[in-house]
Amino acid sequence: MSRDLSNIIIWSKNKPGVFFRILWLFRRKRFNIESATVGHTEVPGITRFTITVTGDKDQVRNMCKQVHKLIDIVRVEDVPDEKLVSRELAMMKVGVKDKEEKAEILRVLEHFRARVMNMTKDSLVIEVTGSEEKIDAFYENMKDFQIIEFVRAGRTALYK
Amino acid sequence: MNTKFHRLKEGDKVQGAEIVCECLVRQGIKIIFGYPGGANIPIYDALYRYPSLHHVLVRHEQGAAHAAEGYAWATGNVGVCFTTSGPGATNLVTGLADAMLDSVPLVCITGQVPSGLIGTDAFQETDVVGVTLPVTKHNYLITRPEEIVSVIHEAFYIASHGRPGPVLIDIAKDAQTGYAVFHYPRQQDYLKEKVKMKATDDEVVKITNLLNSAQKPLIVAGHGMLLSGDGKTLLAIAEKQDIPVTLTQLGLSTIPTNHRLYMGMPGMHGNVAANRAPNQCDVLLAVGMRFHDRVTGEVANYAPQAKIIHIDIDPSEIGKNVKPYLGVVGDAKTVLEQILPRLKSKKNQEWLSQFTAWKNEEKVKVFDKELKSKKLKSAQVVEMLSEETNNSATIVADVGQNQMYAARYYSYRSYNSHFTSGGLGTMGFALPAGMGAKSGDPEREVWIVIGDGGIQMTLQELATIVQEKLDLKIALLNNNYLGMVRQWQELFYKGNYSEVKLKNPNFQKLCEGFGIPSLKVTNQNDVRKAIRKARKTKGPYLVEFIVEAEENVFPMIPAGAGLDGMIVCKEDMKK
Ligand SMILES: Cc1ncc(C[n+]2csc(CCOP(=O)(O)OP(=O)(O)O)c2C)c(N)n1
Ligand SMILES: [Mg+2]
Repeated sequence: MSRDLSNIIIWSKNKPGVFFRILWLFRRKRFNIESATVGHTEVPGITRFTITVTGDKDQVRNMCKQVHKLIDIVRVEDVPDEKLVSRELAMMKVGVKDKEEKAEILRVLEHFRARVMNMTKDSLVIEVTGSEEKIDAFYENMKDFQIIEFVRAGRTALYK
Repeated sequence: MNTKFHRLKEGDKVQGAEIVCECLVRQGIKIIFGYPGGANIPIYDALYRYPSLHHVLVRHEQGAAHAAEGYAWATGNVGVCFTTSGPGATNLVTGLADAMLDSVPLVCITGQVPSGLIGTDAFQETDVVGVTLPVTKHNYLITRPEEIVSVIHEAFYIASHGRPGPVLIDIAKDAQTGYAVFHYPRQQDYLKEKVKMKATDDEVVKITNLLNSAQKPLIVAGHGMLLSGDGKTLLAIAEKQDIPVTLTQLGLSTIPTNHRLYMGMPGMHGNVAANRAPNQCDVLLAVGMRFHDRVTGEVANYAPQAKIIHIDIDPSEIGKNVKPYLGVVGDAKTVLEQILPRLKSKKNQEWLSQFTAWKNEEKVKVFDKELKSKKLKSAQVVEMLSEETNNSATIVADVGQNQMYAARYYSYRSYNSHFTSGGLGTMGFALPAGMGAKSGDPEREVWIVIGDGGIQMTLQELATIVQEKLDLKIALLNNNYLGMVRQWQELFYKGNYSEVKLKNPNFQKLCEGFGIPSLKVTNQNDVRKAIRKARKTKGPYLVEFIVEAEENVFPMIPAGAGLDGMIVCKEDMKK
């Protein structure tokens, strides 16, 4: 998952259609977005996007300038991994056959500091956060169980 | 602010449509190009009460957009269009795309179905903000009358500041009819932060040092230079250091064509000197231009030896196509004014003599052949037009061979006197654009140079020209072909003329139908006479020149080739 990703962090005014404009521009310049997270920030009215893309560094740099030209955008930065603390959230629903299997799963969860968010007789919904590598590894370890659903929320990040 | 035409006072409670008109008046707008329909009829009703806003009723909304472009180009102000929803708005799209690529400031106000119907596929509902997003600098949807004032204010600011461009405002019908209290906003300063006009001191020193130590400097200036206000600073720099100057197609007329340091236009059909020099210069000062593929040819082979200084107001242009040695974000004229006092005086005789040789090569291989031919050539028509108009008319060129002849053979002497559709290459641009230019600046002598194909794309605007009683002249270069495509087919597709022959209407009769006097010219001896007749006649006039059918524009850099692949004349091609 985490190949040579660039972290593009964008602050925009919270106006209708901003996300569409940004996504359109990435498509227009032929970037493939690997992940995108959006949410409110400490400043009222300002939305923050964390977008990861693969691609040539010069092109990423130009992409940032292109994004900055969008009228509702306040600030854009292409930030190297070293300067960021980044996290991804993933959720997984697994089927549970019996007690032994449940115990086995819980051991894996403990190792990855994952949490059980919902438990029924025959399934668990699990939450795990961490670097993309950690989530990759978590998935690897869970593969032998019966994964019913799996979703990753994409990278979000703050400056160190 | 001149308040003579204001109709509203602070605190007046009026309909949104009236606020639209009031805002335009307060932006200094005097002319609007547009077309009414169900979704903008309230705006037209308000317009009825605003006699200071002259409305030009075009015959197709594409014409409104191009006319507004011509207006903007001629006056330096923002061009304004009105259209209705659905088809009215989609007809604008070509014009918006054109204005986007050529950085022309427009504000287009489209009617939208009532807000409650948006998203229901209502009658004449199109997602106009969605459709025009890629072809506007910014766009808006207004659903409440309270939003109108600030959005229009911001739209004008965005259209005209930094790198100009088109802005679209889609206004739901109920926002036009609903009432709001009128409060005119103050300048919104937060937008300004985004535009860097000046070079930093460090950048100034770097540019100056590079130029001061250059042996073979070259200037390539573009539309940004023209837009930044005057060519004097550019000329002062060129003269101080004896730097040859080339102007891209959209930069034409920034400095006079007959100036000793003017070396022509670079690009696909540019001048020999302007295309040879980039690959021989040591320092290339690119200002207000964007290294367009039609200018550079194959970009990997563009000026690889040169230290390129790239000055542009749009940060995203720096390094987009060509990686400069030094990139500087700023307004062309402002930055040049900063460096001028630091430049030492220099002479460059040896380097300049190289240009004399290149110019001579083009004269022998191209100009003499075109201009001395016994047949009627487009080049001759444009050259004679240049002389007859004292080289001081405004030329609005369409697209195709006619455009290249207009660029190459008119001797531009007055600043900002050449308009064309450069980036998008929109056939049919010139007729409405010329109309807009003349409406905006009636003092100009405006000549539209257009081909037989292009004129038929927006032909209906002849009726608008008549209705507006515009003193506008049209030089129709009729080769009965889609000439530029035919040229490519002749040179690169084995002469297979696929769908380029036009069986044209009788243009004299057509003009008669519109009520426009016209003349047809078939030989060289009648060219000047016809131009004089047209100039003497008040009102619109069309001269149809039957030019040699299979003439070719040279030099030419074939699509995809580098500058070194320039073919100077057809004979060179066979070698
Ligand atoms: C709207 C549009 N359609 C197609 C083209 C492609 N095209 C470029 S030049 C040209 C021929 C133009 O013919 P004409 O207007 O007669 O001018 P000429 O080249 O003969 O002077 C064509 C079809 C274009 N530029 N614009
Ligand atoms: Mg033609």
